[in-house]
Amino acid sequence: MFEYNFHWRPVLKSLPDLLQAGLLTLEVAVLSMVIGITIGLCLALMRMKLEGPLKWFAVSWIEVARNTPVLFQLFFFGFGLGAAGVNLPPYVIIVAGLSFNCAGYLAENFRGGFQAVPDTQINAARCLGMNGWQTYTRIIIPQVFRIVYHPITNQMVWAVLMSSLGMMIGFRELSGETQFFASRTFRIFEYFAVTAVVYYVIVKLILGSSRLLSARLFRY
Amino acid sequence: MQETITFFSGFSTPDLWFLADAALKTLWISVLSISIGTVLGGIFGWMLHEGKWMAALTVGSILDIFRSVPLIIQLVLFYNFAPMVGLSLDPFASGVVILTIYTAALVSNVARGGIEAVPVSMRKASRSLGMSYWQDLRHIVLPIGGRAVFPAWIGVVLGVMKDSALVSVLGYVELLKASQILITRTQEPFLILALAGAFYFALSYPISRYAAKFEQRWAQ
Amino acid sequence: MIEIRDLHKHFGDLHVLKGIDLDVKKGEVLSVIGSSGSGKSTLLYCINSLEKIQQGSVKIDGIDVHAKNTDVNKLRQKLGMVFQQWNSFPHLTAMENVALAPRIVKGKSKEEALYIAETQLKHVGLGDKLKNYPSALSGGQQQRLAIARALAMEPEYMLFDEATSALDPEKVGEVLDTMRLLAEEGMTMICVTHEMGFARDVSDRVAYFHQGVMEEIGPPEQIFYSPISEHTKKFLANVR
Repeated sequence: MFEYNFHWRPVLKSLPDLLQAGLLTLEVAVLSMVIGITIGLCLALMRMKLEGPLKWFAVSWIEVARNTPVLFQLFFFGFGLGAAGVNLPPYVIIVAGLSFNCAGYLAENFRGGFQAVPDTQINAARCLGMNGWQTYTRIIIPQVFRIVYHPITNQMVWAVLMSSLGMMIGFRELSGETQFFASRTFRIFEYFAVTAVVYYVIVKLILGSSRLLSARLFRY
Repeated sequence: MQETITFFSGFSTPDLWFLADAALKTLWISVLSISIGTVLGGIFGWMLHEGKWMAALTVGSILDIFRSVPLIIQLVLFYNFAPMVGLSLDPFASGVVILTIYTAALVSNVARGGIEAVPVSMRKASRSLGMSYWQDLRHIVLPIGGRAVFPAWIGVVLGVMKDSALVSVLGYVELLKASQILITRTQEPFLILALAGAFYFALSYPISRYAAKFEQRWAQ
Repeated sequence: MIEIRDLHKHFGDLHVLKGIDLDVKKGEVLSVIGSSGSGKSTLLYCINSLEKIQQGSVKIDGIDVHAKNTDVNKLRQKLGMVFQQWNSFPHLTAMENVALAPRIVKGKSKEEALYIAETQLKHVGLGDKLKNYPSALSGGQQQRLAIARALAMEPEYMLFDEATSALDPEKVGEVLDTMRLLAEEGMTMICVTHEMGFARDVSDRVAYFHQGVMEEIGPPEQIFYSPISEHTKKFLANVR
């Protein structure tokens, strides 16, 4: 029944390349998260504080990001913009797509975080003579940050997992690189099995370090 | 050089049917995997709750793998693994198997959360009325816990529906794969992507809104 | 001195304050009593501009609180406020809670701010809780923390908005004692309160609010033992 002979040697030989590609995966995920957090925060504030076109811009972004597949979003930045004459390199496509997606999801997390901080905290800060900016940066944002810390961690994991779609658009991050080697050697299973392990380790490392960091950050 | 200005230049009615058929395939593979996956996930969730650390160590850590490795890698691995053990599965069947396990892995966490959302005192009360363990589970835990985690479950359902697009990596022609094929042929990326995106959005957005409303109503 | 003239406040159709005239002199302790919904808390919110007003004026040491060109943040430094829900900042230790505003609003150095914080926390009897986070403090301790936080800004007036209403009964005493201490030190205070004992023993004057109107104001003996207004009589009969 089991007639397949595993060949791990070629995989081991290209392991350094795979690990290198793993770093690229991390880079893409981290970059997308940084952009996603920045834009997500803006979108959340636009959705909560503004009326008119800017609010609807934010709402549309959030809802499209959350209600269509990531692969669709990547196709848009790929074929879609390509047809309009904007040919982006795969690296930019994947970062743009993931940032777009992360921003949408994080915006809703931020919104929930802001709503969870009671308005009375604002009154208390204003009564001490703090201005709006001081109230936000010193009192509100730190509390929101704690509330969204775990959702951000989860989103980071998602960003790593989603970056594997690089393979579908010809980007050679961990999955794309794996496919490249696999198709050259026909050792598809072996290559992807090793890659699965690498992903698992990356995800566990992220969750572990996030837990360590949270113990240091949040002592209350 | 000739500019193509006509909107429907390469896109014809049969293409629309091709897309509609692919959309049905997306629906079909999603419904099948989500249904079976939810039942399995419910059982796993119950095991995680009742089995304490033993279950967490066995079932829990296996399911955790499916949440920590990109879906696309799981699909490729399983598709290439099945023939090794003598199974000849087509892309559709492989897709269903992996999407089902993936759903179950996500639902198991939701289900355990649901069981734990039912106050212990309530369960003691039902048992003191003479209900058996299973009656308590069926008539008390399922409705109350189910209601508590219904929005989270909807989140999983919509996630899997969107992730079903990844089965295209095995060559299964679901909606996004069909769009990709049509785009290559007709060079009408905007129209086709808009149609595909609109399909996902039209399916996902109302359901996510309903879940959000449901959550608000129960939060009060 | 706080001067309130013909103050009107509406929440939509609701007329919450209907022409309040009130002066509070430096060093005076004024207690404001009345049933809930009588507008007494709103009065405090109008004094430090947390609520806009529709008519009339509030002046603090001659400065119009609601005038367009008034720097409210500057003005609020004169006014300490303590809320019913103590509103301690959960992400900061007791010491940091108190030190934050002196540092970022008044521009004090870190050492100076921490010194002030330590002094004020000892002042309200929390000298042993400097490094604790609010979550580790009881309601009464958090309320005293809120008082220390307000005092650290060296306010000239203190506004107390039902400072003991949300506390467990056994914690009320410690907060009232702290307020009493402040009164003895000569702080100017406006206390919206349900604690009749405190109002009677500590205040120089007591004001009774009824449905947005200041029905009666006078020394505690007058309000509690020979009230003129029928509403005041009825209210006092009910709370006793």
